Parts: sequence; structure tokens; C-alpha cells
Amino acid sequence: MTQNLRARRRLVIQERVVSTLLLGCGVISILTTIGIVVVLLTQSLGFFAEVSPVEFLTGTRWSPGLIPQSFGVLPLVNGTLLIAAGASVVAIPIGLATAIYLSEYASTRVRRTVKPILEILAGIPTVVYGYLGITLVTPVLRTVFPQTQIFNAASAAIVVGIMILPMISSLSEDALSAVPRSLREAGHALGATRFEVSTRVVVPAALSGISASFILAISRAIGETMAVTIAAGMQPKMSLNLLESIETMTAYIVQVSLGDTPYGSLEYRTIFAVGLLLFLITLAMNLLRQRITRRFREVYE
Amino acid sequence: MSAPPFGPHGAEHVTAPTAPSIDPRGGRFEPRIETRRRKGRVFQALCLGAVIFGIASLVVLLVDVAADGLDVLSIDFLTRYASRIPSRAGIRAPILGSLWVMALVAAVSFPLGVGAALYLEEYAPKSWFTRMLQTNIANLAGVPSIVYGILGLAVFVRFFALGRSVLAGALTLALLILPVIIISAQEAIRAVPNSLREASYGLGATRWQTIRHQVLPVAMPGILTGTILALSRAIGETAPLIMIGALTFIAFDPATPLDSFTVLPIQIYNWVTLPQEEFRHLAAGGIVVLLTALLLMNASAIVLRNRYRKKL
Repeated sequence: MTQNLRARRRLVIQERVVSTLLLGCGVISILTTIGIVVVLLTQSLGFFAEVSPVEFLTGTRWSPGLIPQSFGVLPLVNGTLLIAAGASVVAIPIGLATAIYLSEYASTRVRRTVKPILEILAGIPTVVYGYLGITLVTPVLRTVFPQTQIFNAASAAIVVGIMILPMISSLSEDALSAVPRSLREAGHALGATRFEVSTRVVVPAALSGISASFILAISRAIGETMAVTIAAGMQPKMSLNLLESIETMTAYIVQVSLGDTPYGSLEYRTIFAVGLLLFLITLAMNLLRQRITRRFREVYE
Repeated sequence: MSAPPFGPHGAEHVTAPTAPSIDPRGGRFEPRIETRRRKGRVFQALCLGAVIFGIASLVVLLVDVAADGLDVLSIDFLTRYASRIPSRAGIRAPILGSLWVMALVAAVSFPLGVGAALYLEEYAPKSWFTRMLQTNIANLAGVPSIVYGILGLAVFVRFFALGRSVLAGALTLALLILPVIIISAQEAIRAVPNSLREASYGLGATRWQTIRHQVLPVAMPGILTGTILALSRAIGETAPLIMIGALTFIAFDPATPLDSFTVLPIQIYNWVTLPQEEFRHLAAGGIVVLLTALLLMNASAIVLRNRYRKKL
């Protein structure tokens, strides 16, 4: 009898220890977030003590390594947005058209084969995209537009666009497939063609899921580092010319960490300020996407 | 004011019946079915073109890399250290570095990720804390990898003074892929039928006994699939490790977790940035090796997933 009680007590203790340990594993993810925020904030505070946030956010010249130093982040933001916009121009129409084809036209077998093949594109390391941009895309661009610089925004935007393509096609396809069959049948019953049902019934019904996939893909493009570092160059400028060399926020952070800037100097601290801005931009896009996805779920479940 | 005698519309509005008009502009309805079908065919062709574009991009990428890189592949290339002379350069140190990093990342992120997933699926009460935990994990999955690099640099390299070591790099990448592992492990655990748990409880098992002997064995193939895919992301990561300072000339085999190191993608980056054509070929050779490793990892994940599907 006492032996039985003891065994039971041991199980109760085991249960408590295990649940605490597992909770601890979950808490690691909270500690990670706290770590990111604390590191970015404390290190940026040192930077913003010397450079006013207004100058940082509104200045149009970025030259921390030159005398006179200038800390206007807008050229880096401009570079990042230029790449994100260029990649979207490639990936959004092609990705959405792919999703519509797979969901509305293709047989189940074709869909099951093509989707994973396209998803391979998203799994290829970004350094490979950088290689592709500089050895394949740039030479082609230079034959078409001879004024293209060796490092240029266009080649980076194209390879990043190809990289984010499967995110848009796969997630949009999920959203399109989730549209109830009855909506399509109602459209056909009214005499609409397949094209009209696809573009005027199914796509509008799946719009929130589709736009969530766009936001995810664009935030990936904004955070993309190696392809833009390799192919787009390291010249921060307020230019919208895709054929010129530019610099993104991520490429700047890599540039500083590759150089011999001493840790703790004002110039080194710029990477934390730029990193904080990058973190906030992608966080805002994430939250927006989650809100849109939640609304999407409410409609169809 | 007197009301009209026949209700609000009045009898004076009644006119002779005309042909019903469906078109809001007042004309007759023209089905124009041929034009509309033609439009549809053009649209379908465009969409098919988009699919072909995606697949063609993948083919071009693979063919281009293979054409540039296959001729540098040799046993010497795999077993030599890096060199300033292209014909003598190899990827011995990066391969060993990548293997070290992979092993440490797996050792850290697998137990933590599965533990967190088990907590969220099997233990967590429905509370604000659980919701916050879940939202937090979703947000971490969207944080750019370079931000993890900044975190690793400040926390592991500087604060814990691990230096530019294998361990610092592995811990950084472990945090990076942790959300991916948690989310996929959660899906695998959620897919375990509840009847199994209820049968186990019915026989008097505790919660942990149920998880250990019923839930985990059934969920394990799914968990492993997700982990392998997450690790295949870690093996290709470059930016966070550059932040850690792994871009150095290494001509020795890392022997302990505190040695400095380099990894395959960083060696590729290093060669890509050099102007000479020969180094581009070496980079392509490195890419062939990297993609082969990725292919093997993905193939094993697919095999696991298929076996899992059959079982359920």
C-alpha cells in the first residue's frame, strides 16, 4: 500500500518536473525576442545619443565612414524598397498567375508535382541567388542595356523575385483552393466562363489570403541579405535607377561587419540602429499579415 | 397633402410591357460567348506561361551552376584547404565547419523545439500567456536572419565571450531555426489522433507517460521531417554567420566547439566576391556540393513524410 503511494507520488513529481522543463523550452523563444529587442535598443540608444533620430530618419546622405560623417538612413531605405518593389514586380504577377493556374486549371496530379518543384526555389540558399545574379542575370542585362553597372539593383531584384515566387504561388494557391466549390458552381450556373469565375469570383473571395502571401513575400525581400549584398553593390544612394549600384539596409550591416570598424565606435553602432529599423519594418508587416490571415480564417471556418 | 389613390407608385406608372433588359446599360444582353471564351484561353495560356517561368528558372539555375562548377569537383577540391591560388584551393575547412555547425544546431534546437511544441500542444492552458507565446513564435519566424546575426554577435560572441567560435555560430543558427522547428513539430503533434491519448489515459497513464509512449512515437516522423527541413535552411544561411565573424581564412580542422570556423556558404560568398574568373568556378563547385547536401536532406525528409502518411 505505501509502496503504491510512493510510486504515485513519484509520478506526480515527474509530471511537475516535465511540465516545467517543457515550459522552459517555450520560454526560450520569449527570451530570444527580449534579447533581440534589448540588444537593438540599448546599442541604438548609444547611437541616438550622438545622432538625433530626426537626422537619422530624414537625412538623405549616408556616409558614416567618410568625413564629414552623415547619418541619413533614407538612401539605405530607398535601396531596400527599390529591391522589394522590383522583386514584387517579378514575383506578384507570375506568382499569382501560377497560383490561379494550379488551383483553377491544373489537374490534381500536376498540382501535386509542380508545387513542391517550385518550392525548391525558396529553399535554395540566398548566396546561390547572389551568384546567379552576378554571373547570369547581370551579363544578360548588360547586353540589353549597355549602361548597366557591374553591380546593379535590377539583377538583385530579379533573383530575389524568383526566390520569393514560390511563397506567393504556394500560399495564394492554398487561399484559392480554400474558396468553397459552391461559389464557383454558382458562377458557372450564371453562365460565366472559367476565366470569369476565376478572376471575378474566386480571386476576390481569396483576396485576404492572397494579400497575406504578398506581404510575407515582400517582408522576405526586405530582409534578404546575401543576394543583394553580392549583386546590388554597396553604394548608398537616393536613386530609382535599377541599372545602378545601390545599397540596402541588410547589405550595409554586412559591409560593416566585414570591415575593420572597431566594436563600440559610433560607426559600428550604426548597424544596431539600421538593424532596429529593419526589425520594426518586418515586425509591422508580420503583424499586418497575421491580422489579415485571422480575418480570412473567420470567413471560411 | 393627399395620398395618391393607388399606393406609393401610382397607377399612372403602369405602362405597356417591353422586352426585359438584363444589361444595366439598357441594351439587350449579348452573350458574346466566343469572345469571352477566347479571352479565357489567352488567360489560361498566360497562367501556364507563369508556371513554366518558375520551373524554367529552377532548371536554368541548376544547369548554370552545374556547367560552371562540375569541372572543379574532385577529391582534391573536397580535401584541400582554401588557397590564394585557385588551382590549389579546396573546401575541406568549410565542409568540416558546416558539419560541426549542423551537429551543434541539431543538438540544441531539436530538444528545445520539440519541448516547446509539446508544451504548447499538450500542456499549455488556454490563457493570455499561451496566446502571447504562440504569437511570439510566429513573429520570430518572420525576423530577418541578419537580425539574428546581430543578436548572436552581441550576446554569444561578446556577452558570453564565446568569441568567433563554432559554438557561437551554432547557437545563433539554433535560435534562428527554433521557430520553424516548433511550428512544424506542433503540426505533427496535433495530427496525432486524440483517441490514442484517451485510450492511454483510460489505462491510467499520466500525461507524460501518454506523451512519451503514445504521442511522441506517432508524431516523430513528422517532427523529424520538419527538423530536417529547418536544418537544411540553417546549412545555407550565410548572413548571420558573417555577423558572427566566420569569414576568415581557416587552414585547419576545427577540433573543439570553441575553435574558429568557416562554413560552405561563406566560402562560396568569399569566392564570388573575388574578381578572377577561376574563383567563380570554385564558387560554383562549392554551390554544387552545397546543393547536393540540401538535395539529400530534402529527399530524406520526403521519404520520412511518405512513410508517415502510409502509417496513418
